[in-house]
Amino acid sequence: MMNSVIEKRIELKAPVSRVWRALTDYREFGEWFRVKLDGPFVPGQMSRGRITYPGYEHVKWEAVVQKMEHERLFSFTWPHPKSLDKVDYTLDYSGEPTTLVEFRLAKTASGTLLVLTESGFDKLPGDRRLEAFRRNDGGWTEQMKNVEDYVSKYVSENHVAHKP
Amino acid sequence: MSLRIMSHTSRSAVAAKRRTHALVFAALGDATRLSLVAKLCRGQPRSISQLTQGSKLTRQAITKHLRVLESAGIVQSVRQGRESRFEFDPEPMDGIKEYVDFVSEQWDHTLSRLKSFVEG
Repeated sequence: MMNSVIEKRIELKAPVSRVWRALTDYREFGEWFRVKLDGPFVPGQMSRGRITYPGYEHVKWEAVVQKMEHERLFSFTWPHPKSLDKVDYTLDYSGEPTTLVEFRLAKTASGTLLVLTESGFDKLPGDRRLEAFRRNDGGWTEQMKNVEDYVSKYVSENHVAHKP
Repeated sequence: MSLRIMSHTSRSAVAAKRRTHALVFAALGDATRLSLVAKLCRGQPRSISQLTQGSKLTRQAITKHLRVLESAGIVQSVRQGRESRFEFDPEPMDGIKEYVDFVSEQWDHTLSRLKSFVEG
């Protein structure tokens, strides 16, 4: 599926070693990503923490570090919880579908080329996608549901009204 | 996971979505069109003649209403032989694509924060 992989390429005017540190030092990562991590990234281990982005401080960070190939590749898998809305957010991510995030670095004349990929969206179940979409575009799916309810009510009334 | 909600959806994307939604609600804000949607949301594609049956409106008027629904992405027409049939399209947006596009947009924001962080 074409649309189930995200790829971003970005030129950074900083040496590979600088970018590597920003990605893999857990404190530096937390700065730009806006998460407070409990400890260093270790391949094969779970990284835990708390989101620091305003309004989402109730959300916990969980990711399993996959690869740390020095100044070349940093990757982790992370879950896509059903909802991050304060109301129906749950702390239990077990059983949630995960995607793989990879950061690849390459030296260029002016600094570093960073290629980010996130893959595995095709594993997300249909309801998850819709739920995520609802979260994305607050209220629209809700509105669609209202219209649907209205329409189906209309159908049944209409149906009754036309019965001989 | 989390970064999807980390930054705000760009204003232009929100505006574009609002326009789409306005179009959908405008299309549904009419008794005739709502009754057409009600007939079509039972799942069977219907021809214009079938949809005109039992209505006081002319075939032409029904066609006009169907085109409005079609342009809002609520119904779609499928050519069957010599006539068009209309069917209800319950999801004007493709769920997975919308979602991936959204995550992708969030990465743009996150990576630009990384950029300022390492270049600053």
